[in-house]
Amino acid sequence: MKSLNSLNLIWNNFKDPQRVKFLVKLIKKEIESLGKSLNLMEFCGGHTHVILKYGIDELLKDYVNFVHGPGCPVCVIALERVDLALELAKKPEILLCSYGDLMRVPGSKGHTLVSLRAEGYSIKAVSSSLETLKVAKEFPEKKIIFFAIGFETTAPHTAVLIKEAYKNKIDNLFVISNHILAVKVLDFLLKSEKKPFVEAIIGPGHVSTITGSKIYESIVKEHNIPIVISGFEPLDLLQAIYLIVKQKRENRCEVEVQYTRSVTKEGNPKAQALLEEVFIIRDRFPWRGFGDIPFSAYGINSKYEILDAEKRFPLDISKLEENPHCLCAKVIKGIKKPTDCKLFKKICTPQNPLGPCMVSSEGACLAYFKYKVGNLYV
Amino acid sequence: MKVEKILLSHGGGGEETLALIKNFFLKYFDNPILGNLEDSAIILNSFSKLAFTIDGFTVKPIFFKGGNIGKIAVTGTINDLVVMGAKPLYLTVGFIIEEGFKIGDLEVILQTMKEEAIKNGVTIVAGDTKIVPKGEVDGIFITTAGIGEILYEGISCKNLVSEDLIILSGSIGEHGACILAEREGIGVEIDLESDCNSLFSLVEPLFESRLEIHAMRDPTRGGLSATLHEWAYASSVVILVEEEKIPVKPQVRAFCEAFGFEPYHLACEGRVVIALPEKEASKALALIRKHPLGREAQIIGKVIKKSSFPQVLLKTLYGTHRILENTSGELFPRIC
Repeated sequence: MKSLNSLNLIWNNFKDPQRVKFLVKLIKKEIESLGKSLNLMEFCGGHTHVILKYGIDELLKDYVNFVHGPGCPVCVIALERVDLALELAKKPEILLCSYGDLMRVPGSKGHTLVSLRAEGYSIKAVSSSLETLKVAKEFPEKKIIFFAIGFETTAPHTAVLIKEAYKNKIDNLFVISNHILAVKVLDFLLKSEKKPFVEAIIGPGHVSTITGSKIYESIVKEHNIPIVISGFEPLDLLQAIYLIVKQKRENRCEVEVQYTRSVTKEGNPKAQALLEEVFIIRDRFPWRGFGDIPFSAYGINSKYEILDAEKRFPLDISKLEENPHCLCAKVIKGIKKPTDCKLFKKICTPQNPLGPCMVSSEGACLAYFKYKVGNLYV
Repeated sequence: MKVEKILLSHGGGGEETLALIKNFFLKYFDNPILGNLEDSAIILNSFSKLAFTIDGFTVKPIFFKGGNIGKIAVTGTINDLVVMGAKPLYLTVGFIIEEGFKIGDLEVILQTMKEEAIKNGVTIVAGDTKIVPKGEVDGIFITTAGIGEILYEGISCKNLVSEDLIILSGSIGEHGACILAEREGIGVEIDLESDCNSLFSLVEPLFESRLEIHAMRDPTRGGLSATLHEWAYASSVVILVEEEKIPVKPQVRAFCEAFGFEPYHLACEGRVVIALPEKEASKALALIRKHPLGREAQIIGKVIKKSSFPQVLLKTLYGTHRILENTSGELFPRIC
């Protein structure tokens, strides 16, 4: 634990109240000379949670308006994909594995993987893709489907699983890829008619460790909007905001990396090679709140199609309407805040979530529920 | 023949059961009441108000740094009595033991229970043992029930009022971090002991001082956050605590950072949280700090107002306010 203790010192530095106060002051001063407040979108749900947990929005009130972005992989999973998972899980020969957060996202009929599991269907939450190899060995009589979710961050893990299963000829393990591409949704959002007013973007930290910062260059150029990739500690975010404000002050518009301890321009070439080998880019893929976005998700390459559960267990899932009162689709796009939703905190709670933004540990609604002190309550 | 492992026949009710009771349970717990081996213990009516409670203990691992399931089974029930203003007097103990459990391990557990009972002046007056086939219980489960005499009346989680201050007796989360660190899937070396301890000697001077005390709780399962939420809900108040004031050992902080927990949600087994009027707080704090278990005691916050929207708020290190989330859902089974 000695090593954990020394890490603790480093972590403390990233949270240091003195430095936080200093940076807040500096940012405010810069924004004052800019002459107007700034509308920033933090792409990542992870960033949203840090902002609300530490009250960074409160610290920068009247200076920065945070618009919460679509970077929460569970939140943007289309309802029809959730239904697909639920339908597959109901087949008697199948044991469905997925990451924990998806387990509680309700499908169109209100069921969740957790509620199906309680009815006796074979469903398992895993914390790593490779755990499903063990599951496959443990339940040879079952067909194991790994329902893979996540941005570029988790896609390489799935790629490794697919390669391992293929190499070792594991014949009862299959994968459904719901891996989605951060830069595509960002581009789509900025191009769409109904979009929030955003003057700069706090770019995703973990996605960028894989992709590198270079993938955002075209977006910055096309939409004339600065992107600064940030880490996940309070000081990371404040420093990223400072860099954004500086770009604005100096009339620059660039991709910058604040999170230099993890993110390079080129990203992780090994992971990129894996993605290239195992996946192909789908022509289109459904997103919650956005509908179909062209070229926005990974499918499994034909070389590995023997493992592709979408081909092996084809199901016709009809598109169903979302709960008309649930604002998740708009929250994801940054058009509405969680507190705008009539269901928020009343009917929709973490114990009884109606939409994915209240389920996911990166969801904006959950962040507001967990941390935000409403005016009503103080 | 020396018996090394618990056998199913130890639960049969005959010779072997008697041998187990005489050679092991009585060896550690013998006293004139238990020694009678009657169907129930006859205890003296103290002619005063009694507190009576029961708690089951299933902690895994059975032996952890700073204690074992036996220690926690005694201190846990003692603490439940203590926080209601009682002086613990008698305990009864039920064991459910898995076939094949090592007698040596059982003796270590019994020895610890004996020591804790003596330390706290409580007598174990009745007991029960069940042995179940392998696989039907994980090693050993212990249930203890306890009776205590009320020394200080009127403590209740419904009693908090505006302006009450909240005192915390020491750093939080050590028991929870210790247990979780050994869990499958986490498994880290942690330079930390569980805070598992009886609270009677710590708070006895408070009872004697007759200071006005409104509420008292040991923040076990669910940690500090769950205790504060129970109070907020029961008393319909908003409580504000300050991150800066809440003692957390660096090891616990590091553990939480690494695994995404918050110390406020981790269980304590030897800490107490007290709510009392502002005018009593400094005297109470001084009394608590005199005790070795209370040296790090702090006033961590206050009740800010009566409200039909009970809430617990946290003032962060940056001066911002956020909700202190209540413990919910997935949090780990079997920490006590």
